[in-house]
Amino acid sequence: MSERTTNEPFWWGLFSAGGVVASFLIPIHIIITGLAVPMGWLTDSSRLYDLWWVKCYLFVLITLPLYHWAHRFYFTLKDMGLKVVEKPLAFLCYGSAVLGTFVTAWILLGL
Amino acid sequence: MTNIRPDASKLYYPKMPATWWLRQRHYFLFMMRELSSVFIASFLVIFLVQIYQSGSGQESYAAFMERFSSPGWVIFHLVALLFALLHTITWFQSSAVVLELKVGKMIVPRSLVMAVHLGAWIVASIIILWFFIVN
Repeated sequence: MSERTTNEPFWWGLFSAGGVVASFLIPIHIIITGLAVPMGWLTDSSRLYDLWWVKCYLFVLITLPLYHWAHRFYFTLKDMGLKVVEKPLAFLCYGSAVLGTFVTAWILLGL
Repeated sequence: MTNIRPDASKLYYPKMPATWWLRQRHYFLFMMRELSSVFIASFLVIFLVQIYQSGSGQESYAAFMERFSSPGWVIFHLVALLFALLHTITWFQSSAVVLELKVGKMIVPRSLVMAVHLGAWIVASIIILWFFIVN
């Protein structure tokens, strides 16, 4: 048996944190911004997004589930027969999450 | 931290057809759970665009938000909500298995761990909703 190092625990940690954030917070945000506001049941509260602590919250809310997606999507595609391209696939999935993190920070800091 | 693992090239990987997950109900539900992350990520990207638009002036933002009342977007958000709920339930179920809590010598029943998760989820959702209502 040979030895090799892996960075999987790092990505798994982000996947797990994203899973927790998504499970507790995403359904109510879909209900509010995706359904209640467009249907007129709630008035829009976009001025909330200017508050610094709301920005911190939104950063966590948006970025961590992106890593959750990256990890699940990567392993699902591998399970569906794309194991031969696992390295580019990993780069694409986790790279998208990293890019999403920077874009989120850029948008929130620019508000 | 370093992990020691066997050489990947020496492991056996059984060849499976791409449609293996359609063979059994459990496999299908597993795949739907995995697919939930795609809908959650899609919602978050749209939400991020919405946040970006909120900084572009009131009229422009109102025009942007107007399109979310169309049937297509409402259906998308309803489907995304169903997948998000599937993720929430399955995540809590797996957490109840993984988190083996002990009080003294007694192991807390999984049903109680699940109930605590559900309670915390409902409280968190009400707090977030309250913030949007008062603002």
